[in-house]
Amino acid sequence: MVTPTHDGTGAAAIEARGLTKAFHTQSVLRGLDFTLPWGACLSLFGANGSGKTTLVRTLATLTRHDSGTLRIASLDPARQATEVRQTIGVLTHQTFLYDHLTGLENLHFYGRMYGVPAMDTRIVELARALDFERYMSRRVHTLSHGMQKRIGLARALLHRPRLLLLDEPETGLDQHAIGILERLLKDHCAQGGSVFLTTHNVEKGLTMADHVAILVDGRIAYYQPRALVTPADFRSLYIRVAGVPV
Amino acid sequence: MKAYLSAIFTILWKDFLLEVRTKEVVTPILVFVFLVIITFNFAFEPTPALLAVVSAGTLWVSFTFAGVLGLNRTFAMEKEKGGLDGLLLTPVSRDALYFGKLLSAFFFMLAIEFVMLPVFGILFNLPLFLPSLWLLTVLTTLGFAAVGTVFSAMAVNMRAREVLLPVLFFPIVLPVIIAAVESTSAIFAGAGAGRAEDWSEFARWLQLTAAFDAVFLVVSAALFQFVVQE
Repeated sequence: MVTPTHDGTGAAAIEARGLTKAFHTQSVLRGLDFTLPWGACLSLFGANGSGKTTLVRTLATLTRHDSGTLRIASLDPARQATEVRQTIGVLTHQTFLYDHLTGLENLHFYGRMYGVPAMDTRIVELARALDFERYMSRRVHTLSHGMQKRIGLARALLHRPRLLLLDEPETGLDQHAIGILERLLKDHCAQGGSVFLTTHNVEKGLTMADHVAILVDGRIAYYQPRALVTPADFRSLYIRVAGVPV
Repeated sequence: MKAYLSAIFTILWKDFLLEVRTKEVVTPILVFVFLVIITFNFAFEPTPALLAVVSAGTLWVSFTFAGVLGLNRTFAMEKEKGGLDGLLLTPVSRDALYFGKLLSAFFFMLAIEFVMLPVFGILFNLPLFLPSLWLLTVLTTLGFAAVGTVFSAMAVNMRAREVLLPVLFFPIVLPVIIAAVESTSAIFAGAGAGRAEDWSEFARWLQLTAAFDAVFLVVSAALFQFVVQE
């Protein structure tokens, strides 16, 4: 296993050292170590039950780790949770949207909760970028899953977070939307932001990332720059490391 | 402070809008309360002597069960599509989230009670406008919502939350319900006899309710962050 290190250009987006989390007697994260530098995108692969979602929830301040050290943008999530929440944008399997509000009302609601300045301009900007302008005034429950996911992504990006935490973001999106997502994430990293995403899709995960990692039983079992692996190599590597096909 | 208040009123606005669209809280509970009051009205002959004893209990039994139904829905609507996690991810203090949800529950319950109080007055042959009863209703509902918001946040992830919420919640809120029944009896006794209520008896219970509200508003706001943290 390669222990990833800091890139030396200032505080990292995420620094985790010896992170553990258990639910009752079930250990989910077991001494997890990794660093995600600013301006980088990390794709995390792992089998079901390997701890990916728990890790995302821990990074997102929704779950508190039991031991170890975690810093998000140099902030301690246990003591500076409000500042961490201002820094991160989170998209999970759930969109966090209210079914009986329109897309626009949902974005206004979250915009107010985040205190987004020039909110209307920002919403229009995101609606154009994610191509859901025509659907903004429809109630969320009348929209397709993919369209809901686009609005959910806009919600995650609304307050211009520096770090994006995305749990299988490509699920339910069509090719057009995946193309938009890839472009957005590349732009985000090019502007100095960071992306932490989990996925089961090797091609998309490798296309979007410049670092790849494999989580096995709550530990980072592999972490390398993307440039060192091809999709074909990665599939056989994954079977070797995780013991199951990706 | 401005951001804090803005977050509270944004949650209130969102819940109000959702209720206007779905009508999942106020309408079914109004029907429930109406049916309970009608049933009790037919069960008892509303003589002046019986009024003070029975009608106060009838009123608060129906409001209490209606309140539990409302509290269950208040957080259940957050559970859909992970809305509760969405709220917890916002950079808003947990107590602001608590006060936002508390105000929603409080206003929904109060709306139901203010519609049903005149109906109750007509059916039980009581004056339609008793200022002391309306004041008591506001204070009791505040205490009920203050405790209920924390417990409904606790119960939202439980499988049998509809059953567990009253079991967990009633023992804590019992003093405020007893105070409401006792002071309502004093009000109805006065109204039935055609005189003002027994003020000293009423004030004693009202003070207890106000003290309960003050204590549980502070305690519940402080506890809320531990209830919602995994």
